[in-house]
Amino acid sequence: MSNVLSVQNVNTFYGPIQALRDVSLEVNEGEIVTLIGANGAGKSTLMMTIFGQPRAKSGTILYRGENITALPTFQIARRGIAQSPEGRRVFPRMSVEENLLMGAQVVKYADYDSQLKMVLELFPRLEERFAQRAGTLSGGEQQMLAIGRALMSKPKLLLLDEPSLGLAPLVIKQIFGAIRSLNRETGLTVLLVEQNANQALRLAHRGYVLVNGALTMAGTGAELLARPEIRAAYLEGGH
Amino acid sequence: MSRLLRDVKDSGAVAFMALLIFAPFLGLQLGDSESGNLTLSTRPALLAAAVGLTFAARFLFLLWEAHRPPRIPALSLGLAKSGKYAAPALLVFAIVMPFLPGIKNASIDLGVLIMTYVMLGWGLNIVVGLAGLLDLGYVAFYAVGAYSFGLLSTNFGLGFWECLPLAGILAACWGVFLGFPVLRLRGDYLAIVTLAFGEIIRLVITNWVSLTGGPNGITDIPHPTLFGLKFSMAGGPGSFAGFFGITPSPSQRITYLYYIILVLALLTNWVTLRLRRQPLGRAWEALREDETACRSLGINVRNTKLTAFAIGAMFGGFAGCFFATRQAFISPDSFTFMESATVLAIVVLGGAGSQFGVVLAACVMIGVPELLQSLQIYRMLIFGAALVVIMIVRPRGFISTRRPTVALGKAKPISADLIAQGQG
Amino acid sequence: MTILTVAGLTMRFGGLTAVNNVSFTAQQGEITAIIGPNGAGKTTLFNCITGFYKPSSGSITVALGSKNLRLDKLPGHAIARKGRVARTFQNIRLFSGMSVLENLLVAQHNRLQASTGFGVLGILGLGGYRAAERRAIELATHWLAQTGLLERADDPAGALPYGAQRRLEIARAMCTEPLLLCLDEPAAGLNPRESAELNELLLGIRAAGTSLLLIEHDMGVVMKISDHIVVLDHGKKIADGTPADIRSDTAVIAAYLGEGDEDDPDAPLAEATP
Repeated sequence: MSNVLSVQNVNTFYGPIQALRDVSLEVNEGEIVTLIGANGAGKSTLMMTIFGQPRAKSGTILYRGENITALPTFQIARRGIAQSPEGRRVFPRMSVEENLLMGAQVVKYADYDSQLKMVLELFPRLEERFAQRAGTLSGGEQQMLAIGRALMSKPKLLLLDEPSLGLAPLVIKQIFGAIRSLNRETGLTVLLVEQNANQALRLAHRGYVLVNGALTMAGTGAELLARPEIRAAYLEGGH
Repeated sequence: MSRLLRDVKDSGAVAFMALLIFAPFLGLQLGDSESGNLTLSTRPALLAAAVGLTFAARFLFLLWEAHRPPRIPALSLGLAKSGKYAAPALLVFAIVMPFLPGIKNASIDLGVLIMTYVMLGWGLNIVVGLAGLLDLGYVAFYAVGAYSFGLLSTNFGLGFWECLPLAGILAACWGVFLGFPVLRLRGDYLAIVTLAFGEIIRLVITNWVSLTGGPNGITDIPHPTLFGLKFSMAGGPGSFAGFFGITPSPSQRITYLYYIILVLALLTNWVTLRLRRQPLGRAWEALREDETACRSLGINVRNTKLTAFAIGAMFGGFAGCFFATRQAFISPDSFTFMESATVLAIVVLGGAGSQFGVVLAACVMIGVPELLQSLQIYRMLIFGAALVVIMIVRPRGFISTRRPTVALGKAKPISADLIAQGQG
Repeated sequence: MTILTVAGLTMRFGGLTAVNNVSFTAQQGEITAIIGPNGAGKTTLFNCITGFYKPSSGSITVALGSKNLRLDKLPGHAIARKGRVARTFQNIRLFSGMSVLENLLVAQHNRLQASTGFGVLGILGLGGYRAAERRAIELATHWLAQTGLLERADDPAGALPYGAQRRLEIARAMCTEPLLLCLDEPAAGLNPRESAELNELLLGIRAAGTSLLLIEHDMGVVMKISDHIVVLDHGKKIADGTPADIRSDTAVIAAYLGEGDEDDPDAPLAEATP
């Protein structure tokens, strides 16, 4: 399996505050890797650092062997990495269709129709609201739109930051199911940040645990699910 | 190496743009020939120098960007901390300034000018800095205050001290009138409507000739008296000099004016500081942060906004009244949009709704151009460059922290990154 | 005793009917949850109840002691004061440039403003303002203790971690001393341990006498603490009952819950991982 993403000893700061301490992780082709941890542990910071906003103060980020640590964000996006960011960040005054079109900026025109069909099958709700302004969608619908927009660019690496936030249980199952099938059928590589540690670890091949900006544990999904510390910190108490 | 190449290409592109822009007006020059016709000559050396400078500046800027040292938060905290000592020191200086040895009348006059703008800044700070309502037409209340006094004094013979509260009340009424139509407006739309209001007032004053004298303005506005004592140069009974048995001199009136504006400004400051600790002031700041949340907490947003406009306008009215009595002559030319813009710039430059920041900003915006008078045509260039530097180094203004007005333990200053800029 | 009655509520935005003839009641001293697929109209319903939208038709009545008050007829800011209804927001709306304590004092604005005698007396330091402010700080301290934010009382609200910000919003709403607290997705973004703490907090609020109405997707919260659940789909009410009823309702499972036990950490994994 070739290496798609390699994060090596990355340190990120917000002003004087260190958000990531010497973080290293690997994502290989065809894998679903998940990053779990408490709020404020730095999971979203790591996702944003991969895209260069904020830039890592030290360390290296390699994408398919190329050093992208200092690349401008839009060039990173053009290399086939797509992100559904924290807070959704849809374009509120553009319609659903236009948002999806924006996501497809980097693909060939011919691929647009097939990607659109796939996204609308996954989220029929978006088809219902196709001409509506994204700002008028409900929170969960905006989340669907953000994920759909990321999928439009036919990415080779998909970064998902809390995709289940605000989504109905049925929709969460559908999304995770879709990620699983996309991964199996097309070999889509996924890096997933989730609060819903249980579902994320069941979906993922491997996982990392982030605590206060540093990686404390790594392993396969099953291994991590079985660890008592993980259960106590992130899984218990819900049900 | 590739980064160097990229920077060179970028600078080259910028230099090319500069060439296109500068060519028509730096590269070419019109002149007069002996026969009276226009001639066209070229200045290739000047053009090359300008383009070369642009290239170098852009290249250096990119270099600096890449190796920029991290912003030092200690600096902004240091400035705010120094406010504790700098503010009282400045106050003492302001109080004794006219009596310092070697102070000329011109300096006291400059002090009066700066204090007027400080007061205007503190008044607008209530609307823009605290309540987050982007008011671009503050000059309207300045004009209302000035013209109230001008008209009341020339038509009814009222003096400065009688008109001062009236001017404030009238200006406050106009503040409420302005407030009503703009209640639902946000951001840019609020700014445009308030700007229009400022212009409307000026145009009404200019055109209602029978009432205001139009472009000719109102003359012979009386100067302020001290308990009925006039500050006339003639001396004699009924005058300040005559009462105290001293030789009359122009510095007496100027000093009196200086202390009047100092007291008015300090009154504005005191009221603002008191209100900040009251529920009203806190409601203003909450309005700036999130209007929807305010509504959900039961705050009457409409009344809160109107009160901000009214109180801000009132202080503008006081300042206008003072302006009229100082000049003894007012005309619409003194109440243009530039005044609104200047006061707004002072408030924004001061930063984060800070009172002390407004003082610093007024000193810079008003004091510096005056002091640079001797540099003539380079005055505005230097001033502009200084403002650009300030915008780059301190984008949120001089004082970029805010101190909470109540605390369980010790109040911690809040950085400007967290403070909302206000949507109106 | 019923505290809130929603009758025939309809909300139309131009051609789109977001809430279609919805009726339900919430009992005093209970926790009522509103669940449903995304875009079902839950937040729109909330916005009607809390005065951010004026419903196209229907009525919303809150029972305050002996009299009933029509919420849909009140101006937005009177909902908190007269209707004694408070709310939190789906996207947290804190006063981020103010400290935690200041946020809680703003919530008590009306009572404090009354004690300043139209502001004038307060400026001069007269009137009962100082005493009123002390009482307000006491109430704020009580809720800071309840939500575990006491040590952070002087920190800027915007600098708090996400979970703490959610708790602060709840504390701020409680400082308006409401009879009905409406929460819009309070558990969004919380991990299971934080959700459990949230459950404790909400049960405590219920025990102290405030009724709760909440929108939530986290079944770990909804099923555990709700007394009564209302289910919306496409703007209409499709189910109304106890958690046990709802959990087994086929229409709700098809539209919203889905099958399966993925939320149970002990359930066997679906397939082997490569």
